Order: sequence, then C-alpha cells, then structure tokens
Amino acid sequence: MKEKPDVLQGTLALTVLKTLDVLGPQHGYGIARRIEQISGDLLAVNQGTLYPLLLKLEHEGSIASEWGASENNRRARFYRLTATGRKQLREETHDWEQTAAIIARFFNVKAEDLV
Amino acid sequence: MKFLRRFLIRLSNFATRRSADQRLREEIAEHLALQIEENLSAGMAPAEARRQARLKLGAPEAIREDHRAEQSLPFVENLFQDLRFAVRMLLRSPGFSLIAIATIALGVGATTAIYSVIDATLLHSLPYPNPSELVRIEANLPGVGAHDVGLSIPELRDLQNSGIFQYASAYFFGSANLTGSSQPARIALKPVTPNYFAMLGVDAELGRTFDPHDATPGFNLEVVISDGLWKRAFAADPHILGKNLRLDNDVYHIVGVMPANFRDQGQNSEERSTEVWAAAGFFGDPAPPPMRSTRLPASTIARLQPGLSPEAAQGHLDALVASLKKQYPADYPSQGAWTIHLTPLAETLVGNVRQSLILLFGAVGLVLLISCVNVANLLLARASARGREMAVRQALGAQRPRLIRQLLTESVLLFVLGGITGFAVLFCARKFLLQFVPESLPRLNDISISWGVLAFAIVVSVAAGTIFGLAPAWLASRLNLTETLRQEGRGSNGSRQRSRLRHVLVIGELALSLVLMIAAGLLLRSFWDLFKVQLGFNPSRIMAIETWLPIPNDPKTDIYRTATQESVMLREVLRRNRTLPGVEETAVGDRAALPLGHGQNDLNMFPLIREAEDVESSQPPLIDTSIVSPEYFHLLGMTLLRGRLFADQDLEATPSIAIINQAAARMYWPGKDGKGGDPLGKRIRLDRVQPNWTTIVGVIADARTESLADAGIPQVYLDIYQRPAKDLAFFLRGQVDPSAISAQVRTQIQAVDAELPVFRAETLDDVLSSSLSVRRFSMEMVALFAATALLLAALGIYGTISFLVNEQSREIAIRLALGAQRSDILTMVLRQGLTLAGAGVGLIGALIVSHLMAGLLFGVSPYDLSTFAGVTAVLTAVAIAASYVPALRAMRLDPITTLHSE
Repeated sequence: MKEKPDVLQGTLALTVLKTLDVLGPQHGYGIARRIEQISGDLLAVNQGTLYPLLLKLEHEGSIASEWGASENNRRARFYRLTATGRKQLREETHDWEQTAAIIARFFNVKAEDLV
Repeated sequence: MKFLRRFLIRLSNFATRRSADQRLREEIAEHLALQIEENLSAGMAPAEARRQARLKLGAPEAIREDHRAEQSLPFVENLFQDLRFAVRMLLRSPGFSLIAIATIALGVGATTAIYSVIDATLLHSLPYPNPSELVRIEANLPGVGAHDVGLSIPELRDLQNSGIFQYASAYFFGSANLTGSSQPARIALKPVTPNYFAMLGVDAELGRTFDPHDATPGFNLEVVISDGLWKRAFAADPHILGKNLRLDNDVYHIVGVMPANFRDQGQNSEERSTEVWAAAGFFGDPAPPPMRSTRLPASTIARLQPGLSPEAAQGHLDALVASLKKQYPADYPSQGAWTIHLTPLAETLVGNVRQSLILLFGAVGLVLLISCVNVANLLLARASARGREMAVRQALGAQRPRLIRQLLTESVLLFVLGGITGFAVLFCARKFLLQFVPESLPRLNDISISWGVLAFAIVVSVAAGTIFGLAPAWLASRLNLTETLRQEGRGSNGSRQRSRLRHVLVIGELALSLVLMIAAGLLLRSFWDLFKVQLGFNPSRIMAIETWLPIPNDPKTDIYRTATQESVMLREVLRRNRTLPGVEETAVGDRAALPLGHGQNDLNMFPLIREAEDVESSQPPLIDTSIVSPEYFHLLGMTLLRGRLFADQDLEATPSIAIINQAAARMYWPGKDGKGGDPLGKRIRLDRVQPNWTTIVGVIADARTESLADAGIPQVYLDIYQRPAKDLAFFLRGQVDPSAISAQVRTQIQAVDAELPVFRAETLDDVLSSSLSVRRFSMEMVALFAATALLLAALGIYGTISFLVNEQSREIAIRLALGAQRSDILTMVLRQGLTLAGAGVGLIGALIVSHLMAGLLFGVSPYDLSTFAGVTAVLTAVAIAASYVPALRAMRLDPITTLHSE
C-alpha cells in the first residue's frame, strides 16, 4: 500500500482554515466531511486527529468556537474563522501558491531549456 | 505572536487545571452520531454503521491524549508529577535527605559566600558611566627598573591632545588640615586636574564640579565636597555654595556637593572616601614649573574615546611615545626605555587581592566538587536499595529515559533544596561572616548577598544536580529485569558497576582533598614563616600617632617652611611627649618611616644620584626614602653596622647627611667583590634640581620595614632636622595606655600648635598584624576548606566501604561458615580500601596548583617535600581509619544470623 503523502498531512491546518473560509461556521464533523469530499479521499485521515488540531488553532487565535445546534438539533461545537485566521489563511495561501509554482517550474523544465 | 498566545493559553489552562475533556467527549459523541446517521442512510446495517463510524474516527483514547496535550503543557505537567513524587521520596528517607541537603548546603553555601566577595570586588564594574572606557596610565622606565614614575605636565598635555582619550586627568591623593571648626581635622583631599569629574562622567548633586577647560596654573581655590562632609561639617546647609573652607591655611570656596552615593575611585578605602576635591593645574605654586623632565608623582587616569579598545589605544600610545622620544631625545635617554602603559581602571583597583581571591574561589570550588561527589555517592547507594522499585516500574512499561528523568528530578530537587538552604544560612549569617573579611579588601562595603548571588547559588545547584545526578540515574535505571525481580532486591546486576563508580568517586574525592590540603599546608607554612620572620626591628610597646603640617599654596606663608622653623615645634612636642606617663622613648619621622603601615601611595621614592657615578643625563634609580629624627633608630631597635647615626649637632646649617641600609650599600656601592664596598663618605643627591650633596655617614642593618616578605629593599634615611617633612608620625615606646594616649598626645601637640590635627593612633603590633590580614584571611579560609574536604572525604570512604561490606555480608558469612579466619576477612575488606591509593593522582593536581600559587608563598618552595609527604601521610591515615571501622564490623559478622536473615 502506498503511504499517504506527508505534505498534505502538514497542510491539514490550511485546509481546515480554507474550509471554514468557504463554508462559514462548521462543526467538527462538517469540516472532516468537507475535507474528505474535496480531497477525494486522498486525505483520509483518522477524523479524530482533527480535534487536537482544532484546539491548537483555537489557542493560536485563528479560529473561535461556541456551542450551537446541529442539523438534527443537537448540541454541537461550531468553529468559525477569526480575523486573525483570515489573515493567516491569506498569507499561507500566497506562500503555498508560490511554492507550488516554483516546484511546478522545476517539473516542467526540460534538458534543452538549461543549455 | 501566535506561538506566544498559544503558550500563554496553555499555561493558564495548566495553572487553573481547566480541562477540555468534557467538551471533547461531547464533540466526539456528536461526530459519531452524525457519521452513523449518514452511514445508515447509505444503507448500512445499524451494527456495521456504528463500527464503520468508529473506525473512521480512530482510537478515541489516542485522540483524547493528543487533545489533552494540546490543552495544557504536558512537559510541565510531568515535571510537577515528578516533583511531587520526588518530594514524597525525600520525605520517606529523611535521614538520607537531611545528610544530602546539609552536604550540598555546605558546598553551595561556601561557594556562594566566596562568589559574593568576588562579585563585589572583581566583577562589579566601576560606578561610573561606561566604566570600560576608564584606564589608568602608568609611565615606566624599565631600563632602570623604575615603575610608575609619573608624568610631567607637557607629557600630560601630549596625552590630552593625542586624540586617544576624551580626557586625561592627573590627581594626587593626600590630605589637608581642615581648620576653623571646633577640632582641627585631617581630611582626605584630592587635588585633581579640572577635567577629573568630566572624565569620571559624574556631576555634582548641588552646585557644579570644575570646568574641564579651566587653565589656572596652581590651585584655583574652588573645591567640591562630599555629601558626607557636607552633612557632618555643615549640617547639610542648603546654602553651602560659595561658603569658605580653610584647608592647610588657604581659603577655598565650595562650588559643589557630590551626590550621596558617589564614591571616588581609588586603590584603598581611604582614597575611595575622599571628601574634598580641589582643582589644580599642577604647574604653578606649589608645584614646580612645567618642564618635560619634571615628572609629577601623581596618578593619571583617562577616559578613552568611545569605541576604542584598551589594546588599540595602547597601540596608538606606543606610536606617540616613539615619536616623543625622537622629538625630545635629551629628555628620554635610551637607557631608561621610557614607556607608557594602559590598564583598565577596574583591574588596577583590585590589584594584589585578585590572586588570593582566585585561589579562594578555586579552593571553595573543590569543596563544592567534593560535596557533590559525596552526594552522588549517597545517590548511588540509594539506587541499589531502589533496584526493585526500578525493575517493577520498567516491568510495568516505564521507558528508561522516563525513569532517568524521574531520578534526575529527584537529584536536582535535592541539590536545589541544598543550595537554597546554603544560601539561607549565608544570608542569615552574613553580618557575622563579614567580620572575618579583612578590612584591606577593596570594595568591602559593596559585598552584599544580592539577587545575583541567589541566582548564582541556584544555577550552581541545578548544574551540580544535573551533572552529579546523571550517572547515578543512568546506572540505577539500567538493570536486568528478571534477575533483579528474582533476586528480590538482594543486590542486582548493576551493582558491580555501581560499586566501581563509587570507588572512582571516592578516589576522586580523596584526590581533590589532597590538592586542597597541600595548598592549605603550603599557605600555612608561608604564613608561619612570615609570622616568625626576623623583623630587624622591634615593634613591641611602640605606638605611632600621626599629625600633618599644613602646606599652604603660597610657600611664603608657610610657618614650617624650613627645617629650622619646623625643628622648634618638633623638639618641643618630643620633649612634652617624653613627660607623658609610661613613655620611655620618643622619636618622630615622616609617614614613610612608619614600618609596614603605609600603602604604595605613601612611598617616598626619590631618584638616587651618586656622585661620580650617575651623570646628569642618565636615569638614576629610585630609592625609598624616610625622614627621621636621631632617636628613631634606637627606638625601633635597628642596629648600626658602620659609621654613625644622626646626632643633635646635625642641623640645617651643618653639612647634609644620610644613613643607608645594608641592602642599599650592597646594591649601589657593590665594591670590587660585589659584597659591599664602602659607602661611608660617598655623596648622593636625592633631587635633580637642588645642587647640594648629601654625605652618607652610616650603614644600618636591613629591616623588614617595607615588606615582611622582603628584607632587602634599599633605603635611605634623612635627618628631619635637616630636611623638613609635612606628614609626621610621632613614635612613643613604653608602657602606655592605648586608649588614653591619643588624647594625651593631642593635648601636647595642640599646646604647641592648636591648628594641628592629631589622628590615627596605632600600636606597631596592630599595624604588623593588619599588614598580614589578607594573607591570614586566605590562609584561614583555605585551611577551613581543606578541613571540610577531609571530613567529607572521610565520610565518603566510610560510606563506601560500609556499603561494600553490607553488600558482601552474605559472601563474608559463607566464607566464615566455611572456615575463613576473621583476620582474612579484615584483610579482604581493607584490600578493597587499598584501591583508594589511586588518589595519588591528586599529587599531580597538587603540583600544578602549588606551581600556580607560587606567588602567594613565602619562604617555602611550591614543591616542598615535607608538606607533600606530611599531607599524604595524614590523608592515608584518615583513609585507613575510615575503612577500618566497617572492616572491623565485617570481621565480627555472625555467619548464622546473617545467613538466616537472607
């Protein structure tokens, strides 16, 4: 079996922030579900690992959480992006795109280009 | 920022023990419920839907663990857990804990005490802005062996204009008679060039200091006074500025008062408590005209240009000196090899105690090491006893690093407790301990037990706890599980290594004690030799009382200008002193004539120009000169070898005469065989300007009046009735009452001249013993440390051998049961003690140390065989005695009881 890509694991925080940015406040299950859908099961993490990460992001001030009612009217913890988180997301997106562009250039390079 | 915020939240969660566990449980439950619902709607069977949901979530315990770790600070949490456990362990064996804590308290306390002295003397920078810019400037003539000869006014100007310094400032340290108040007083006075305060970078609290560009040739009659004098003599008068102060019969105006916390820089406490500063240009009356070759006997300090290092400045200075020598070849003859040397001011103020303090710190460091080794030894012994506990913990799944961390926490806790105890004892006993510090130590008043000292104690404890806890923890956690558990703690696999380590530790301890004891032995012998040295004079029953004749700025107003004028007063005071109860003999001399009682500042060094030998242009050697009355030699019991002493008929009008000591005769009139020619009748001059020759009429035996350690310092004595002196010391020999004599002499002196201050009455015996105070202090301290080290080492040996006997009791019992003789058992145990002979490596260490401290020794070689042999013998005896007790116990072991008990 092929190992899951580590790089993607490392960017879990970024995907969480992006998910919250796109969908607005979500509970843990909702976030996990979205990531699964978008990544096409490529990122099939143990969904439980999401919760320590959410706590870390909350400690860092990127997201905030409060209790609310879920779709089936039960108590659920909803997470939302804060202003700090939005700024962080912007910066990290930019960094990430830059990195990806550079790597892409390396992949596209052919021997004759380097002469 | 992000990191900090996260850390602070976790810290506060940790502190308030806030848990997010309940929240996580709810979230997970909700998560599962949603997932199950979805699975069900996808058509799964209820049981399968639940199973899949749980699989997808992952192990809930692992999640909770991670979540908990994120919520709080797991490292700190573990640390606290370990600490709680460590405290419980320490409380469970209070005997062990007490001994260990007391041992560490001793080591850390002693180290911290010495550190606080070093902190105040060597480390504290000067209390002025940018103290690293301040340097002392010394001009030397290495070609003629003259050191710190002073600078002339043109040379000082050259330095000031060289661009190397912001300010270069010259000053004298002296004293003056403060008159006009109820009792004439002698106060410490510093005539300084007007840029002195600008150079130090301090300003007056009230009024102003001097204008650094003031160009008055002589005294400018303005003074700045200290806060202490302002409060004492003027009752802190707020309108003090502009008021007058009479110093040596001259009237000065007060222009400023220094802040209360201002302390002048200086080499001794007298100088540091200067009370009056007067601005002077040093090139008009009473100073000689400013010639390049007229060096002032002043000190010079300077402030370097910002950013210029002392080394770079020395480079520029060397270039300047070279160009000056080229420009004025007549003033700088090549045989003198004139140089100017810079030293950071902070270094020069500590001077000769530096070596003693470093020695003490080294000694106390060894004591600390030994006490740490002892505790490490105790920890190892305990590790054996706790073998089973460690085995059980490992069997239950504890990782080895985790165990080591636990054990290290225990040892660091132990050391920190010890360190804090030591510090607390030191803090409570500081007043008591400070009594033992000699007064001559610079910055004695700055010694304090401050936060910095506490931080030092804690850092030392933590470092020692980590270093000396690591090996025991390493060995304790390394064991063979099954064997240890099976043996039921009857000794374990690791015990062989542990006992080897214990042996090494004890050997190390012994070796360190050996080093310390040899150092102490050598110091003790030096001190004893110094104490027993033949003085060459007899200090007993002699009292010296000082006075000071004013030196007004205008020589014409001086009522004691000539020797004849002064001799009237001197003879009258001497006559009156002889009538005092108990007084048998009296004499008078200048301060330089006071044996051993003066610092370097009071030395009167004059150029010795010998007729027909030292031509005008050459650099004459400098010689120590005292001015005395004829009775001086008899009063001090100094023997005349050749010629005659001063007599009553020698007066200002009769030919000028001098007496030299044997050392001067040997050095300057060696004769043909080098053993001493005949200096009698030879003529000398002690001054380049005055044309009169002085004839040598007598040679006296060498006496250690300048330094106890050196008998051979050349001396010249002049007759006070031919050559007047201002700084006077009256000597009285006899059965006098030291408490009353000062007042009696004051009455007599002031009956002759009511304006003269009378101060500092001391017996020569006191002067003698205080001149030894720093030596005595370091000798006593090192001896104390050595004794402590010996005691600790003895305890260490005793502990180790007892422990070995204990561990081997079964073996010994079997041997005895099988018929071994009891004496065999004794030899067996003592043979284990024999390996301690490895401590002989300490001798090598001792050789190195004694070589380094050669400068502190007197009369004993650093490789003194008898000291080395004696100390080794004592240590061997102690080692044998300490291992003999447990060996005896082993010999008397009862095989039956021992074997039954196991």
